[in-house]
Amino acid sequence: MLELSILFPSILNGLTSGAVYALIALGLTLIYGVLHIINFAHGALLMIALYGVFFLNARLGVDPYAALPVMVLAMFALGYVLQRFVIGRAGHGKDENILLVTLGLTLILENFALYAWRSDTRTIETPYTFSTVAIAGAMISTPKVVAFFGALAATAILLAFITRSDLGRAIRAVAKERQGAKLVGIDVEHVFAMSFGIGLACLGAAACFLLPAYYVNPQVGNGFVLIAFTIVVLGGMGSFAGALLGGFIIGVVESVGGLWLGESLGQIGIFVIFIAILLFRPQGIFGART
Amino acid sequence: MLEARHVSISFGGLKAVDDASLVVPPGTITSLIGPNGAGKSTLFGILSGFLKPDAGSVRFLGRDVTGLPPHRICRLGMTRTFQIVQPFAGQTVRENIAVGSHLHRPQRRAALAHAESVALRVGLAGHLDKPAQDLTIAARKRLELARALATEPRLLLLDEVLAGLNPQEVLEVSPVIRSIRDSGVTVLMIEHVMQAVMNLSEHTWVLNNGQLVAEGKPADVMRDSRVVEAYLGHGAAERLRAAGKQAHA
Amino acid sequence: MKTLYTILVVCGAVALLPAFVSSGFVLNLVIMTLYATLLGQAWNILAGFGGQYSFGHAAFFGTGAYASAALQVHFGVNAWLCLPFAIAAGAAVGALVGALSFRYGLRGSYFALVTLAFAEVFRILANSVKFTGGGVGLLVPLKSSALDFQFQGKAGFLYVILALTLAGFLLSWWLERSRYGAWLTAVRDNEDSAAALGVDVFRVKLQAIVISAGLMGAGGAFYVQYFQYIDPHLAYGPAVSVEALLGPIVGGLGTVFGPLLGAAALQLLGELTRNLMGDVPGVSLMIYGAVLIAMVTFLPRGIGGLLRRLTPGAA
Repeated sequence: MLELSILFPSILNGLTSGAVYALIALGLTLIYGVLHIINFAHGALLMIALYGVFFLNARLGVDPYAALPVMVLAMFALGYVLQRFVIGRAGHGKDENILLVTLGLTLILENFALYAWRSDTRTIETPYTFSTVAIAGAMISTPKVVAFFGALAATAILLAFITRSDLGRAIRAVAKERQGAKLVGIDVEHVFAMSFGIGLACLGAAACFLLPAYYVNPQVGNGFVLIAFTIVVLGGMGSFAGALLGGFIIGVVESVGGLWLGESLGQIGIFVIFIAILLFRPQGIFGART
Repeated sequence: MLEARHVSISFGGLKAVDDASLVVPPGTITSLIGPNGAGKSTLFGILSGFLKPDAGSVRFLGRDVTGLPPHRICRLGMTRTFQIVQPFAGQTVRENIAVGSHLHRPQRRAALAHAESVALRVGLAGHLDKPAQDLTIAARKRLELARALATEPRLLLLDEVLAGLNPQEVLEVSPVIRSIRDSGVTVLMIEHVMQAVMNLSEHTWVLNNGQLVAEGKPADVMRDSRVVEAYLGHGAAERLRAAGKQAHA
Repeated sequence: MKTLYTILVVCGAVALLPAFVSSGFVLNLVIMTLYATLLGQAWNILAGFGGQYSFGHAAFFGTGAYASAALQVHFGVNAWLCLPFAIAAGAAVGALVGALSFRYGLRGSYFALVTLAFAEVFRILANSVKFTGGGVGLLVPLKSSALDFQFQGKAGFLYVILALTLAGFLLSWWLERSRYGAWLTAVRDNEDSAAALGVDVFRVKLQAIVISAGLMGAGGAFYVQYFQYIDPHLAYGPAVSVEALLGPIVGGLGTVFGPLLGAAALQLLGELTRNLMGDVPGVSLMIYGAVLIAMVTFLPRGIGGLLRRLTPGAA
C-alpha cells in the first residue's frame, strides 16, 4: 500500500520521536512505580523544561545539548521540592486527591507560561537545525538522530543508576514494599522526593533533546500527557523495559498513522490504543496480572 | 438451604479451595472453622458471588446460583459480611444500615425507619446519627452485622464477626446472633473464637488448605485428630495424647 | 424540606433579577455563574455522589453542543427542538464511555485518564470531519426571536439557564433522599459492600454517568445558543472538563449547593482578579489552579463543608 521509500523514513522518524517519548515515559514510570501516583502534571512540567531550554538558548546562547547538566539538575531540584512540599502534603494519600493536585499544578504551570511568555510558539535555531543525516537512503534531520541516541543514553544511565546505586536500591525497596522499607530505616519521604526529582530530571534531559527538532508553547504539555500515559500503560505500569519498548511503538504508530490518516487524525491511533489497553489489557505488555 | 458441591478455585497455580462440599440446613447456626489461610473467606466469596469457582456448583434454596453476581445472590436472600469491615465511611450509622433496608423498601423514609429498628436489635441505637468512621472496632462489627441484617436475608454469611472483640464484647454479641437464628434466619459463620463456635453453632465444618477435613457437632470436631493437626501441625494430635498420658502417669 | 425551600428561594430570587437589574454586564455574570453551576452539577452527580472522577466531561458537553449546532446548520431544525437531541446525544456518549469503562472495572485514576482520552478522540474527530465543520467549527445562524432560542436581551438566556440549573438542583436534591441516591453514594463509599447489600453496581454507575452526561449535553446546547459558535477546542478541550470539576470541589462535593457555591466563588475570584490585574491571559486560571490545590489540601469538603462546620445544627 505504501511504498517503502515513504514508509521507511516514517518509521525511522517514529523511532527517533519514540526514543524521546520513552525518556519522558520513563520519568512517569518511575514516579508511578515508586509513589503510585499518576502525575498528571508531567506534560506541563515538560513544557516548563522546554521553556527552560529555550530561554537558556535565546537569552544566554547556550546550546541545548550543552544545557543538559543544568536542565537535569534544575528539574531534579524542582521535582524534589514539589513532591516534598506540595504534592506529598496535599495528597493525604488518596488517589483522587493526587489527581486533582497534579491537575491544579498543570493549571498553574500552563497559565503561568501563558501569562509570562504569551501563547506564541517558540523555536530555537542551532547550526545543525536544518542538517540531515542519511540512514540507509532515508534523510533524517540531525537533531532527531541526536535525540535518538541521547535519549537511549539517558535511559541507560537511569537504568544503571536504579539497579546499581544505593539510592536506586532504596527506591526499588520503597516501590515494592513501603511499610517494610520504613521499618528497615529508609527515609521514605526522602525517597519519594528523590524519585519525583529523578522523574523530572528525565524531563529536563528530554527537553534538551526535544526542542531542537520541535517547538514550545504553553499548551504543548497537553499533547504529551496522554502520549506519556499511553506508553506507560502500554508497557505495563512500573516496567522500565515496557516504557522503552512502548515509547518506540507509540512513536512509530504516530508517525505511520500520520502518514496514513494525516497529521491531526493520525494522533487518534494513540488514544484508541490507550483506551483499548486500559479496557482489555490493563497490565500492558510487561505488567503482571494482579 | 445452602449446598456447595465440589467447589474448587485456584489463584495462579495455588488451589485455594479444593473440591469442597458442604451443606447448611435451614434454621441453624453452622460454623466454618480452620486455620488462617485455609480458604474460608475464599469459600465465602464463591458462595456469595464475589468469586467464580473453577469447578463445582452452589445451590441456594434449591436453585443453582453458581457464578451469579453478588447483588443477585443478595436479592435471592443470601447476604454476607466482610472480615475486614468496610462501612460507608462518610455516612451515618442509620444511613449505612438503610442501604441494606432499601433492598426491600423503595421509600427512603421506610428504609430509614427500618434501619433504626435493626440498629436497636444489634445494640447500636445510641450511635444512629454518628458517622460510621467514628465508631470503635466493636461497633463497626455490629454495623456490618446490622447492614446485612437489614437486607432481611434467609441466609446470613458472617465472616469473623467476632474477630478483634474482647471476651466481654463476644459475650454481648453472641445472644444477638442467637436471636437472629431464632427469628428464622439461617446463619453460616466463619469463626476463630472457639468459645463462640462451641456455644453458638450446632454444626461445624473444618477447612484446611482448601479442603474440608471434618464436620460434625462442634464438640466432636474439636476432638478429631485431623482438626487438631490442622491447627497445631502434623503429629500434634499424637504429641498431645502422649503428653496427656504422661501427665496422668 | 429545608433544602427544597432554599432551592426555590434562590431560583426565585434569580428569576426576579431582570426586573431590577438591566445591566448587561451583571446579567452576563449571573448567566455565566449559572452556566458554570450547571456544568458543575453534572460533574457532581457522577463524582460527588457517585465517586467517579471524570477528567473528560467535555466529551458529553461537546457532543451536545455539536448535535445542536449541526442540526441547526445542516438541517435547519428549530433550536429549541435541538435541546432534547443535545441531551440525548450527550447521554448516549455517556452510556458508551460508561458501559466500556465500568464493564471493564476502571476506577480512580484510570477512569479519569480514560475519560480524558475519549474527550481527546472526539476533539480530533471533530477537527477532521466535515459534519462538524472541521477545525473551523460551526457558526449558528443568527436569528432574533425567542422562538428560535435566541434573545435580544440577556433576560431570556437567564431564564433558560436558570431552568436548566433548577433541574440540576432538583436532581441533586432527589439524589439526597431517594433509594437510587442511597445506592449511588454506597457505591461511591464502598463498591464491594454495596454489592453485598444487593446494589447492582454496574447499573447504578451507568445510570449516573448517563444522567451526568445528559446534563452536560444540555450545557453544550446552551453554550451554542449563547455564543452562537462552536469549534473542536471549545467543545472538547480541557477547559470545559476543568470548569466542570472546579465548582463542585471548591463548593463541596456531593452536596446540592456545592456547585453553585463553587461557581459563584470562582466567578467572584475571577472578577476580582480582573479588576486588580486587568484582562491578562492566564492569571485567573493560575489562581484557580492554586485554589484547587488549596482546597484539596486544606478544605476537602469545600466551602459548603466549611459553612456546615461553622454553623452547628444546620443540615
